[in-house]
Amino acid sequence: MPYLIEMNSVSVSYENVIALQNVSFRVNENDYIGVIGPNGGGKTTLLRVILGLIKPDSGKVSLNRSLINESGIGYLPQLSTGDITYPVSVADVILSGMMIRKKIISRMSSSDRKRAAQVIEELGLTAMAKSSLNELSGGQLQKVFLGRAIIGNPKLLLLDEPGNFVDSNFEIEFYEKLRDLNKRMAILMVSHDIGMISAHVRSFACVNRGLHYHPSSEITNEQLAAYGCPIKLITHGDVPHTVLKTHS
Amino acid sequence: MKGLLGALFASITAGLAGTYIVSRRMVFLSGGITHASFGGIGIGYFAGFNPVLGAAIFGIISALGVEYLSVRHKIREDSAIGILWAFGMAIGIIFIYLTPGYSPNLMSYLFGSILTVTNADIIALGIMSLILISYFSIFYRTILYISYDEVFARTYSPYVNTFKYITTALIALTIVLNIRMAGVILVLSLLTIPPNIAMIFTRVYSRIIIYSIVAGFAGTAAGYVISYFAGIPAGATIIFTLVVIWGLAKLVKKITCA
Repeated sequence: MPYLIEMNSVSVSYENVIALQNVSFRVNENDYIGVIGPNGGGKTTLLRVILGLIKPDSGKVSLNRSLINESGIGYLPQLSTGDITYPVSVADVILSGMMIRKKIISRMSSSDRKRAAQVIEELGLTAMAKSSLNELSGGQLQKVFLGRAIIGNPKLLLLDEPGNFVDSNFEIEFYEKLRDLNKRMAILMVSHDIGMISAHVRSFACVNRGLHYHPSSEITNEQLAAYGCPIKLITHGDVPHTVLKTHS
Repeated sequence: MKGLLGALFASITAGLAGTYIVSRRMVFLSGGITHASFGGIGIGYFAGFNPVLGAAIFGIISALGVEYLSVRHKIREDSAIGILWAFGMAIGIIFIYLTPGYSPNLMSYLFGSILTVTNADIIALGIMSLILISYFSIFYRTILYISYDEVFARTYSPYVNTFKYITTALIALTIVLNIRMAGVILVLSLLTIPPNIAMIFTRVYSRIIIYSIVAGFAGTAAGYVISYFAGIPAGATIIFTLVVIWGLAKLVKKITCA
């Protein structure tokens, strides 16, 4: 299986705090990996290293340039990065995903606009294409950012806590969309909510400074205990409830 | 005539730069740049070179300094701007005080004087208009997307900081050149009120720029004419007129939407 990204003994620290230590990890074509771990465990840092936003202190990150070419890596950041009161329309935000191919000078061609219209329709955002971001619900916003991430047809899609702002109505639709996308791109999804994503991903990477890869979507208690990964279980019953671990 | 031409160029530069600073929420930073540049005016007076040149140097250096420090996350940006703001004014006042003789033009730098703008001021503003129009039309989407979501822009472009520095330097220069029109104390409103009038009617970036220029010109020209006939200071009259237009625009919007 050809790899998309390969990390070899990567370490990253901020000031004196170690965020990632000696991480070796590989993402292959069409993988669907859930990245879990405690807050502050280095999940977002891992994505930022892959994106090239952070240079590792040591170790090597290699991108398979024959697969990740001009379309780059699709990225859906945590919602907080852009200003939603900024005067920019839904269509323009989605179109900004094409900048990956444009670099500096940046006229959008009619084929770019066509592609944007296609993505907007695919995500069911046609009615609000001209709206400002502050007119949208959390779920709609998340779809806009997903649109921006996939408009360039990347081979790898990175999602940072996509579940955070998606209400339950959108949740099913959102994950179905991701399953569709997974047919043409690998997905690496960060979440602290393992219960929610375990139904969707095919394997897990548990990040808590170090990285431990579990090649199946089932995680055992032993593995969790060993790596300090938090887990919340969701079950179905007559009354909605949360199940906590039995006292030892 | 000279005044109206000045008003036109002031509106073009302020409309472009203003849309950028208002949508990027850089109004406070711009206030810091403006007041810091007063230090350059003071030194210019004292050392006997063109005060506008001194202001430009001070303005650009302080603007790039704040951008640099905020990119590095080394400072609390608002505190740094607050310090810069007062420091520039202090330097300006000290050097003007130390300059032998009376400085008759000082008031025109503090409050602006569209009636005494020189041909050189007009030409400088005209050139600045051309530079800004070309810069914003060539790099429209790049500027729009970087200022909307810088973190995302960094994932596809290694030039995010370069663009931020260039744009901020151009903004600083725009502010300094407009100081002759509206003065250190009032110039910021020349940049911030027109985009706020525009944003009552549109949320499209390119239209905000155009509406800002139109609203800015209407306010500046009307304020200029009123001040001429009423014999009151032009800078203050212009800002007053712009605020009145802003209020009327709000009212019109409220009535038409009700």
